Amino acid sequence: MKTETDKRTANALCALTSDKKALQRRSFLKVTATGGGALLFGLVLEPLAKAQAPQNGRGGRGGGGGGRGAQAPPKVENYIKVNTDGTFTIMAKNPEVGQGVRTMLPMMIAEELDVDWKDVRIEQTDFDPAKYNGQLAGGSTATPQNWNPMRQVGAMARTMFVTAAAQTWNVPQSEVTTGSGKVYHNSSNRSMPYSQLASKVATMTPPAPDDVKLKDPKDYKIIGKATKNNDIMAIVTGKPLFGIDQTLPGMLYAVYEKCPVFGGKPVSVNSDEIKKLPGVKQVIVVDDRPEIKEPVLPGDPGLENGVAILAETWWAAQSARKKLVIKWDEGPRGVPEHSSTVYAQKAEEINKQKPMTTTRNDGDVEAALSSAAKVVEAAYSYPHISHAPLEPQNCTADYKDGKCTILSTSQIPQSGRGLAANALGIDANNVTLHMIRGGGGFGRRLTNDYMVEAAYLSKMAGAPVKLLWAREDDMTHDYYRPGGFQFFKAGVDAQGKIVAWRNHFVTFGAMVEGGGGRGAPGGAGGFGGPPAPAGPRLQTVSAGGMGATEFPQPFIPNYALYTSGQPLAIRTGSLRAPSSNAFAFVVQSFLDELAHAAGKDPVQFRLDLLAAGNKNGMGFSAERMIGATKLAAEKSGWGKTNLPKGTAMGFAFHFSHAGYFAEIAQVTVTGNKKVKVSKVWVGADIGSQIVNPSMAENMAQGAIIDGMSELMGQEITLKNGRVEQTNYHQHPLVRMAQSPAEIEVHFLKSDNPPTGLGEPSLPPILPAIANAIFAATGDRVRHLPLSKSGYSWA
Amino acid sequence: MPYTLTVNGAKHTVDVAPDTPLLWALRDVLNLKGTKYGCGIGQCRACTVHVGGKATPSCQVQVSAVKEPVTTIEGLATGNELHPVQQAWIETDVPQCGYCQAGQIMAAAALLRQHPNPSAQEIDAGMNANLCRCGTYVRIRAAIVRAAAISSQSRPPSSSAAVR
Repeated sequence: MKTETDKRTANALCALTSDKKALQRRSFLKVTATGGGALLFGLVLEPLAKAQAPQNGRGGRGGGGGGRGAQAPPKVENYIKVNTDGTFTIMAKNPEVGQGVRTMLPMMIAEELDVDWKDVRIEQTDFDPAKYNGQLAGGSTATPQNWNPMRQVGAMARTMFVTAAAQTWNVPQSEVTTGSGKVYHNSSNRSMPYSQLASKVATMTPPAPDDVKLKDPKDYKIIGKATKNNDIMAIVTGKPLFGIDQTLPGMLYAVYEKCPVFGGKPVSVNSDEIKKLPGVKQVIVVDDRPEIKEPVLPGDPGLENGVAILAETWWAAQSARKKLVIKWDEGPRGVPEHSSTVYAQKAEEINKQKPMTTTRNDGDVEAALSSAAKVVEAAYSYPHISHAPLEPQNCTADYKDGKCTILSTSQIPQSGRGLAANALGIDANNVTLHMIRGGGGFGRRLTNDYMVEAAYLSKMAGAPVKLLWAREDDMTHDYYRPGGFQFFKAGVDAQGKIVAWRNHFVTFGAMVEGGGGRGAPGGAGGFGGPPAPAGPRLQTVSAGGMGATEFPQPFIPNYALYTSGQPLAIRTGSLRAPSSNAFAFVVQSFLDELAHAAGKDPVQFRLDLLAAGNKNGMGFSAERMIGATKLAAEKSGWGKTNLPKGTAMGFAFHFSHAGYFAEIAQVTVTGNKKVKVSKVWVGADIGSQIVNPSMAENMAQGAIIDGMSELMGQEITLKNGRVEQTNYHQHPLVRMAQSPAEIEVHFLKSDNPPTGLGEPSLPPILPAIANAIFAATGDRVRHLPLSKSGYSWA
Repeated sequence: MPYTLTVNGAKHTVDVAPDTPLLWALRDVLNLKGTKYGCGIGQCRACTVHVGGKATPSCQVQVSAVKEPVTTIEGLATGNELHPVQQAWIETDVPQCGYCQAGQIMAAAALLRQHPNPSAQEIDAGMNANLCRCGTYVRIRAAIVRAAAISSQSRPPSSSAAVR
């Protein structure tokens, strides 16, 4: 590798000095590590045509590198290429699923590099852990995790150009300034574009990330400016950007039929008949696959059993599927006990029994309840729901001679690569993973089942395979947001202060023996908890656990959280703002009930609660939530607007993923339970800087509409272990005419590091609307979706 | 079976089963990947194309039934000049994931042909069949208003088409 680079470097330098065609090429800074640990820059040229290839991540070569190691500081040459035409290619390292990260991370680099945004060309990297840290789309982590390293990368490069200019002009470094991709020496009226210094910079040792000075935010020209989605031209002209659009020469299209009951396996298949159908090339039956080792991730099936049809076109494969006759061994889950109606009855029964575990017990809840001025009891529930990103799961894979190339929309390629390698029986370093734009993620692409299937089918078929799930596969084989049941009893004193809070959370899971394993994913993260303590414990399903410090625990002296569980027949996982998307509805609706019981204004009631100050808990700052609340209240004219009968505002806040969001909905309910959300105000504190205000506003508005979908109509139900919903008509998304005419998004810029907003912006809207419905009608809806209580959108 | 389709002004013969939806003939036979599959039952309209100028969910039309010319997202622009709806989509920075947007743009273009200056109600009614999972409806509405303005100008501003 080193030799090859050196050779190309030599050619490149030659080309720069003697070949006029150099202008049609581009160069980039490249570092090669030497034995002594020093770094050498080389200047490498590539044909322009390749540089301008579509940004679908197929140009480069990935792979290499080991697993998760210590986080090495970012290297400039992995991120920035200086092109001879005065433009700069900046690498975007994270998976793009619509959150705008492919634009945002390069904005951070370009700002500190001090170039003009119009001169920036963005290129998607492959998955390459040897070069890049944190190639993940999850947990609203891209901003907080990259805010410093990406700016440092830009500043490191800028510093090197300053040094190179100072040496070239023989002037003090302190007299050299930069701007628009140029260096300046003002007193001698000299300037030079970065590209003219590239070959000199290529011989220099980059400064350490912590040694470079970052800009004062008041000097920002890119960060904080509304910046268009980098892929927008390709999107509006229909370029093949997405996972579903990827092709490989000679590939077969695959569909993969799985048992309607999770964990089932095919016993007999009419393969011979299917193989005769038009366009069908192969039928591959996957049953207990002894060649596959244990799954890489705890609880992950790795590869589900099923029957694949591979054909010349996807439609041929999908059509042949209608002729499939499969006898399934459904396993233990295909029974009446695994039905949603039974789960609900069982939850009621469990609530009447002694809770299985005590998650938290502060003070003396029972004593405080008996002395409370008012006691409120309420039972809440919410269903399983599906992610249903608009682009169904798909993956294109080519296994050959012990190596595999994968084109995937994964939100977490690291684990996908491991799982695929495991299924293929090869080392992860032999998997090259190209990161392709995904048509929505919402957490669904955090599990890589489709990637494992495509890789395995390619190996079995001996050909490149494009696997595409039908929408029905996607909805019936998701990692669902787990449903749950919460049974509350709380008391307020004569002054309207909450003195006692008891919650019996009946979730899904089972008592298991012993600790040491991975704890139940709980709290806001949803990616897995710390190792569990020894002894019997409740192993809750993924994203089905509630942490001991869930709001409002830190604010209530007598607080008890009990958790019980019952077995579930389906897989669960992280859906945008995992657990928070359900807990905010429950907690903020019940708080609203308490506010009304106390005779207090719902906003003031919560401000009073927050003013008590938090004693502990997940880094939650009461002060920041007070700020977000006051901002939303002020912008909406809360309590100061005269609204007609049947129209009211509702309020809620929620803290998750380091973000503070307070939301107010103005809602009209007509006599036949038709709901119109006319306007929403969002007040948020996600730190000192909104990196891209255009995307931030867009995504927060989208979160409101996404939350409305979850609120009104979405529900996945089981019958005899089978998911009953198959498509959008049974699991509806909010449509344009149902969405608010206006969604105002306001950010309170606080003196805190910038954090993400894709997830924390969603949870409060569900209770805000439910609380508005109560304010408008007196009807308290405690069970999701609202359609179960006869509501629908106006 | 061979069928002749006129797509984006060019005649093509596609040899597919008669029940093949237009969507899959466009995507996998003619390699026009801009038209997207989302649901297969006409619920999401990510697959919207123009058939005889009318917004049509291409997953719901069999190739054998297509008699009129088809326009897809790839054929909406006139040469290098983007359609006003595409220009407005860029100016307004509409997309999040972008997957539904080809269908949204085709629906909006058909809507504007019918209602060159649509009211808010006409926009909502005309676009209600198209789902956006990311929830970009606020921006889509604004972009349609902007597209109507661009269309009504004798000459679209050159700057809007120059956005890379």
